[in-house]
Amino acid sequence: MVEARALPRRTNPRLWLAGGWLLVILLAAIFAPLVAPHDPLAQDLMLERLPPFWVTGAEPGYWLGTDSLGRDLLSRLIYGGRIAFAVAFAAAIAACLVGSALGLVAGYFGGWADRIVSRIVDIWMAFPPVLFAILLVAVLGTGLSSVIIAIAVIDWTRFCRVVRAEAMSQARMDYVENARIAGFGRLDIMLREVLPNVLPTIIALLSLEMGIAVIVEAILSFVNLSISTDDPTWGGMIAEGRLSIHQAWWVLVFPLIMLILTVLSFSQFGEGLKSRFDPVLR
Amino acid sequence: MSAPCLEIEGLSATLANGVRVLRSVSLTVEPGEVRALVGESGAGKSMIGKAVLGVLPPSIRVVEGRIALEGTELGKLAPRASRALIGARTALIPQDPLTALNPSRRIGPQMTDRLVKILGWDGTKADQRIRKLLDDVRIREPDRVLRSYPHELSGGMRQRVLIAAAFAAEPRLIVADEPTTALDVTVQKQILRLIVELQREHGTAILFVTHDLGVVAKISQKVTVLYAGKVVEQADTAALFASPQHPYTRALMAATPRYTDPMASLRPVDEAVLAGLSAEIATADRNWKPNARGSGHD
Amino acid sequence: MILQRTLTRLLTMIATLFGVAVVVFVVIRVAPGDPISMMLPPGASQADIDRLRALYGLDKSLVEQFVIWLTGVVHGDFGTSISLRQNVLGLVLGRLPATLELSIFALLIALAVGLPLAVLGARERGTAVEAGIDVANGVALSIPDFLWGLVLILLFGVLMPVFEISGRVSPQLDLPFTTNFYLFESIVRLRFDLTANLLGHMFMPALALALPLAAIIAQLLKQSLKELLTLDYMVLARVKGFSETQVILREGLKNAALPTLTLVGVQFTFLIGGTVIVERLFSYEGLGNMAIDAVVNRDLPLIQGIVLVFALLFVVINLVVDMAYALLNPRLRHG
Repeated sequence: MVEARALPRRTNPRLWLAGGWLLVILLAAIFAPLVAPHDPLAQDLMLERLPPFWVTGAEPGYWLGTDSLGRDLLSRLIYGGRIAFAVAFAAAIAACLVGSALGLVAGYFGGWADRIVSRIVDIWMAFPPVLFAILLVAVLGTGLSSVIIAIAVIDWTRFCRVVRAEAMSQARMDYVENARIAGFGRLDIMLREVLPNVLPTIIALLSLEMGIAVIVEAILSFVNLSISTDDPTWGGMIAEGRLSIHQAWWVLVFPLIMLILTVLSFSQFGEGLKSRFDPVLR
Repeated sequence: MSAPCLEIEGLSATLANGVRVLRSVSLTVEPGEVRALVGESGAGKSMIGKAVLGVLPPSIRVVEGRIALEGTELGKLAPRASRALIGARTALIPQDPLTALNPSRRIGPQMTDRLVKILGWDGTKADQRIRKLLDDVRIREPDRVLRSYPHELSGGMRQRVLIAAAFAAEPRLIVADEPTTALDVTVQKQILRLIVELQREHGTAILFVTHDLGVVAKISQKVTVLYAGKVVEQADTAALFASPQHPYTRALMAATPRYTDPMASLRPVDEAVLAGLSAEIATADRNWKPNARGSGHD
Repeated sequence: MILQRTLTRLLTMIATLFGVAVVVFVVIRVAPGDPISMMLPPGASQADIDRLRALYGLDKSLVEQFVIWLTGVVHGDFGTSISLRQNVLGLVLGRLPATLELSIFALLIALAVGLPLAVLGARERGTAVEAGIDVANGVALSIPDFLWGLVLILLFGVLMPVFEISGRVSPQLDLPFTTNFYLFESIVRLRFDLTANLLGHMFMPALALALPLAAIIAQLLKQSLKELLTLDYMVLARVKGFSETQVILREGLKNAALPTLTLVGVQFTFLIGGTVIVERLFSYEGLGNMAIDAVVNRDLPLIQGIVLVFALLFVVINLVVDMAYALLNPRLRHG
């Protein structure tokens, strides 16, 4: 059994494919002013609803066509990646820190800490998350920080539930008892013995959550509640595309493809990282 | 005369629902002595070990009795002080070497952690110490082992690592909780031999928890026989095997084939003996009241 | 034992609902921004503001407001919607049937897709068929209902316009219904023309909601079936001469059903949560669509009412699943 696991490590194509895609759009987003062919906000009503380059009627230089205001779709996608990634990283990390910390404490210490945390999680689980997010952003006011706060406030439970369960099973392990006997404090044991065993799961969840955050941001933009309506966001582009779907399908298709590939990549990247970080699976 | 290394006096414990699991257990382990604690599974042997090390599960409450390490009564200390004393004077050789090592940490830091972080040794000294002990337990490639993760070692290797770690801080008392049960029969003997060897060299006292009378005969000087959380007989090992006094001890020996008739298959312990014991214990339980002062153990 | 368990669950359920009520209440009122000024057009006079404030009881302390609102809720009075000027309970009950029909239809699709895939995958374990099912599951799972909805709109609304992608029923139709359970009532009244029209509208949003759940069901059930298939009594059944499919259906499903049931229960609440945005996407006139309007219009009483109804739905589903589990599990039944 142990020998079977020690087989030579398989190269993990999904880790590289997913990571590669994420890296490409991350770099494009960072260097958007250099990469984007046009100003994402520049409107030109002479150029409205230009189709992508392979369709007749396309205008050279507007590779993916334009929307109903004549804005270049490719440039808007690239700039939209900035907001998507900002939200993905900030919101997912915030949710991860809060949720993992509470889950670790609840799972390892048990008792009252666990009862309180579990009750709060129960209450949170009784909210429809999308409605909760929309409500929070409406209350906090639109803007990047509101979106990030809303996602973190809602999604910490994802981390909390999983980490709590894992910490609970870790707490029963003999090496935790050994550390007690040796005289280590509870906090010390939690961080040194329990946390490393939960970490691969946390990392996988973190990556998954980044994908979810991108979607939630898109949903919020879609209902017109995310960032200001002028800034290019993938969700805002989708909302626009949904309206003009019968006149210009490409306005919806390209941001949709971006979203799907990005979400898939985040979840696959997380799974790949998990097996990479887990010494037993490695 | 100096205080015994470990002294347990009148220790009783109950489950949350009040059912007694330890019944006025008393035993002592003198410095440098190996005392075997023998009984069937469920007799409470491991629980005594856990009580000594202060890691009883929360569902079990000590209701009376005292535990003293080298004359210091643990129940009278503040929890922090008692933890520190247990940490400095004792160690555990656990039953299952796989779950006793953290799967996500390398062996090296797991072994030196306690020396450096708790006992305040410097890193090089701790490292040298660990290497010396790995050599004592016949681990030939210390570099590789120290860099390994637990799952990369065999069960026997893991148990050697744990034995080395247990002796590393020179504890006065080691609780060995069925350290060979989870191992292959061929490995068991080597591990036992190593424990005895190190025990003699370091002069460490051991409370050796086991269900195997064969092991008892090989390694211990004193024996305590436990049944249903109650001590039924204590004696020198040689004396016990020569003339067991209690019927339960005799029945237990009879149930272990190699000491009587090697041809007989494993027999269960004589039912009449068990019935008598159970009745005796039931009577004792009815008359038992935990005394008021003895519960300050957690 | 089941009685005690149910009682504990009921108490937890009430505590959870109370918690939800408190959280919504606090989120709406403590957050920066005055709900009244959000309700009124810019430039409203101070007198108007004060009048409105008194009308909605917003001039009282937070605790007082909460007690007044909660007392109303306990008596079935959820207040009056600000934007629609109607009784909140009436509005919510008017929309709830549409959302329930959509969710249950989606659940049925998920089961209809997930169960056969699980059985097929377990039967063909280790083959390319299983690998294909795994890949499909992985993709279906990773893509959330919102994106599936958009994909379906593109595929079946634009590329091959076979299904409706907007609304609940064609607006030009005469509806003879007395309840808001249109689909159910159309079947009962044998108006299958209307049933077809309703299903045609419902299919796309329901499929979007169903795909991730179908993948989860297929994956988990397949896994438990595969584990069960290695057990002795399954091997025994095979030795007796039953075919692989028979073994899975006769012995496997019965034993794999329980863990799947628990999972489907939890996932069903997630699916209902997903209706909020999917209804929006397909302009389906359900509770979720109304909820978004309520938030956009800052309609505090309506938001509170809708959130509470969703929460009630979730805890009731969890309770039912829990009780079903206790009743079906032979180990708990006699324990």
